Amino acid sequence: MQRRIASRIGMLLVAVVALFGVAAMAPASAAGDAVIGTLTGPDGSPVTGVAITVSNEAGFSGSTTSDAQGNFRVEIPEGGTYAIEIDVTTLPAGISLAKPEDASRELLILGGEKKLLVPLVSGEGGGTAESGTSSGSGSGVTGQQVVQLLADGIMLGILIALGALGLNLVFGTTGLTNFAHGELITLGAFVALLFNTAGLHIVIAAPLSVIVCAVVFGWGQNKVLWKPLRKRKTGLIAAMIVSIGLAIVLRYTVSLFFGSGPKTFEQYAGQAGINIGPFSTTPKQLVLAAIAVVLLAATVIWVQRSRIGKATRAVSDNPALASATGIDVERVIAVVWTVAAGLAAYAGIYLGMTQNSIWNMGQRILLVLFAAVILGGLGTVYGALVGALVVGVFIQLTTLVIPPEMKTVGALFLMILILLVRPQGLLGRRERVG
Amino acid sequence: MPADHTEELGPQARATQAVLASVERRPGAAKPDPILIADNVKRQFGGLVAVDVEHVQIQRGSITALIGPNGAGKTTFFNLLTGFDAPNTGAWTFNTRQVAGTAPFKLARMGMVRTFQLTKALSRMTVMDNMLLGAKGQIGERFLSSFIAPLWKGQESTNRARAEALLARFNLAEKAGDFAGSLSGGQRKLLEMARALMSGPELVMLDEPMAGVNPALTQSLLQHIKAIREEGTTVLFVEHDMDMVHDISDWVIVMAQGQIIAEGPPDSVMKDQGVIDAYLGAHHDKQLTSTGEALTESPGGSA
Amino acid sequence: MDWAFVFSQTLTQALGITAIIYCLAAIGLNLQFGYTGLLNFGVVAFVASGAYAIGVIVLTFELSLWLAIPVAMGVAVLLSLLLGIPTLRLRADYLAIVTIAASELLRLTVRTVLPDYLGGTQGLNGKIGQQFHDLNPLPADFESLPVLTWTRQDLWVVIVGWGLIALFSVLMLLLVRSPWGRVVKGIREDEDAVISLGKNTFAYKMQSLVVGGIIMAFGGILWAVAKQSVQPDTFVPDFTFFVYTILLLGGAARILGPIAGTIIFWFLLAGIGEFLGQAIQAGWIDFLKPTDVGAIRFILMGLGLMMLMIFRPQGIFGDKKELALDAR
Repeated sequence: MQRRIASRIGMLLVAVVALFGVAAMAPASAAGDAVIGTLTGPDGSPVTGVAITVSNEAGFSGSTTSDAQGNFRVEIPEGGTYAIEIDVTTLPAGISLAKPEDASRELLILGGEKKLLVPLVSGEGGGTAESGTSSGSGSGVTGQQVVQLLADGIMLGILIALGALGLNLVFGTTGLTNFAHGELITLGAFVALLFNTAGLHIVIAAPLSVIVCAVVFGWGQNKVLWKPLRKRKTGLIAAMIVSIGLAIVLRYTVSLFFGSGPKTFEQYAGQAGINIGPFSTTPKQLVLAAIAVVLLAATVIWVQRSRIGKATRAVSDNPALASATGIDVERVIAVVWTVAAGLAAYAGIYLGMTQNSIWNMGQRILLVLFAAVILGGLGTVYGALVGALVVGVFIQLTTLVIPPEMKTVGALFLMILILLVRPQGLLGRRERVG
Repeated sequence: MPADHTEELGPQARATQAVLASVERRPGAAKPDPILIADNVKRQFGGLVAVDVEHVQIQRGSITALIGPNGAGKTTFFNLLTGFDAPNTGAWTFNTRQVAGTAPFKLARMGMVRTFQLTKALSRMTVMDNMLLGAKGQIGERFLSSFIAPLWKGQESTNRARAEALLARFNLAEKAGDFAGSLSGGQRKLLEMARALMSGPELVMLDEPMAGVNPALTQSLLQHIKAIREEGTTVLFVEHDMDMVHDISDWVIVMAQGQIIAEGPPDSVMKDQGVIDAYLGAHHDKQLTSTGEALTESPGGSA
Repeated sequence: MDWAFVFSQTLTQALGITAIIYCLAAIGLNLQFGYTGLLNFGVVAFVASGAYAIGVIVLTFELSLWLAIPVAMGVAVLLSLLLGIPTLRLRADYLAIVTIAASELLRLTVRTVLPDYLGGTQGLNGKIGQQFHDLNPLPADFESLPVLTWTRQDLWVVIVGWGLIALFSVLMLLLVRSPWGRVVKGIREDEDAVISLGKNTFAYKMQSLVVGGIIMAFGGILWAVAKQSVQPDTFVPDFTFFVYTILLLGGAARILGPIAGTIIFWFLLAGIGEFLGQAIQAGWIDFLKPTDVGAIRFILMGLGLMMLMIFRPQGIFGDKKELALDAR
């Protein structure tokens, strides 16, 4: 039964892919100067849905994604020096660039068709091409693939939960919808990268980065920016716009110092995959996820059990009342910021080790964090966790029916749908009016 | 109580009090000419029953006070009646028309206008603009006609004249050009009341009109409320200070823990042992507010 | 360094086509956010819908540009309704999250689905604005204005663009000075109070969203006509945040706010870019590469947005009295 459904989904998928493939072929028939190439996986199967951007100093920019045959073609106006970037985040899980520097390179193109060579290897995701999440492989959907996607989804959910929990704690205690939370994730990865390139092993660099980020970008950020703003009684909408400004500053500061290409850590970059029962993964992914679960559990237990954790919930419920009952609200908020930034930093390292670190990685994941938070219920602890898992699994499973580069669309759509039906989220309470 | 109490009564007040003298003094008593009748209005928040009113009628042309200790559900009941909150069960009529589930703005258009416990002066608009917003049926408020000034200029100047008269009555005439945000707490209360009157409502519902107003201003506020009634408007107001209520109301409805526990003219209600017990249970709250100190915007107010 | 060149380039950009597009978006946002208080973070979606509608009608369906313009306006209305109906009853921050999510959803969708119609990741490129450029009244041998170095084609767009800005500004003036404007300002201050006075605030918020959306779509229409190209990845959320910065710089809820904000914003942004570019070439600054200039401009813009919101939320021309009131 399951197999029959799976094979039907597979047929549908082949049809969809074929449709997109034909459509993508259309512009390729035009003649002229272009950058072309074919992306082929290590097993010889075409790799689809990879975004490639070609641009030059004169302001030209063109981009495309590889089609069902792995072919891509970007028309260019004339010969010259072009920057060619491959968006490695669009590579299917389990496949990475053989040479990481291929992600961003400059090429002198004299005219005509310039063929680009992009060797690929089965990298971090490991395993065989069939078990990867690429929906364009045309091999059909198997039960095993669904299991693999479920496992990938749970892993992604854990990663999202790290960001969503902190985002929700800050929202709960201060009311701030923090658009700069994604950048806390980016900073976690890049601070670790800084230590890593300075010679520290990632096993040391990672916890060091979490501590530095928690103290500097969590506690320090609250102390320098948000606490004074609360004192000035800055409105929540004004504060939200301030956080947008901060996000832009942090994001482009990272890009200024680290460049716009993706970065990998010096250790464990290309780890061989292992198979555990029906699904395949890498040892580092398992270790990272296990640590994440411990961190999430510790945070939840802390919020439920410890004195300051309980105070956090009291502040989330009603800051004025909490303050009246002798809780030091500012202290609670300072601790919450520290915890939130620490969790986010770890999320950044997790993302950086399993994929790569890029200057806008936080911005890319921010809307997914919002989706998780809204799904679970703004301001609730368990809501963030449940929402994150649902969004993670949903994102991975939707790659069965929609092109992988559109997978965020499903999550955003789900969020809007939830807002229509149940604005308080799955676990949230209805607000009292008046 | 005070000897001069009856002397300052206007004709409308005397008539209403005479009619109400024959009404039974029990919760849910039937009135000769009710403007508002509510049945089985219930509102729960989780496990907490905030409002559970079996039956209540409000006499037309009266000043009726809704009193009760903090947390009695007065404001929630107000929110329900005016459509700002939805009850779990319940139905009520305004001028014999079923209005449960009606959008709050429609209720206001029908002539049931409310004010809020935490004053909602529109800060970054002038006092005059606040007032003009209160006027009903403005042609210039329609999108397309707003572009063509001649269509609405005439109506606008009529409204402006009315607003000026009301502001003068509420001692706010000099403030007409100021931002509402620059007014004192008491002045905002006055503005909010004047704004509510701009639409010529049949029933004004005032949520703690005296809270946070200094004693001198309180006296003038009370006079204004009496004057409104003499013009034929019914007034229903929430208050938790019994002394304030005594001076101006014709009829008092007492709520405690979401239910109506007593009804009657002020003198008889204040002798009611059940009412005294309900208040003594919340003695501290009463002490705090009867001094008329600055408006506290803490969420610990009445629910 | 050629200061005259830097100045001329800067001024040309501050008044140029890109600035005009941002200005139109800011005028629309001024109605939605400045006057009505709607936190629309999906400005770019309205601009994109205008641009795409033009591109699809003219290039894909090969129909007239003059038909495409009303269609673009219709698409903006449709988008407003789709976004507004579910969210205008929700809290302000929900509207913010939903609109920004919708703008990304839209971008990711148009770059992937129906590539035959929407052009995929490359978007639509071709003679989108030909019918408009055919009407160019400037002499065929026109070279360039002094200082302002637009081409003949660009100058024609610039003239019409500033004309549109003037037209919409006058319409806005009429609108916000009317009783209608009073109602939406009341909603911005306190929606419940306005409801209690018998106004159907939902209808007013929707009207504001729709009208603002149409003005934004005109930014997109001009974009498609002037640049003859509509590409999905130019419509990113950063565009929206630029528009917010412009509006806050010039002052929200002021008729001339978007115009002042646009000119100052683009003058600073272009000036800094030109200056740094020249300084690096001249070897004055050796710790930066020419490619760093873009990032620095963004950093300064982000800082500017933060500082404005913290210290001068009423804009650089606003008065202190309003600032005091804002700290409610």
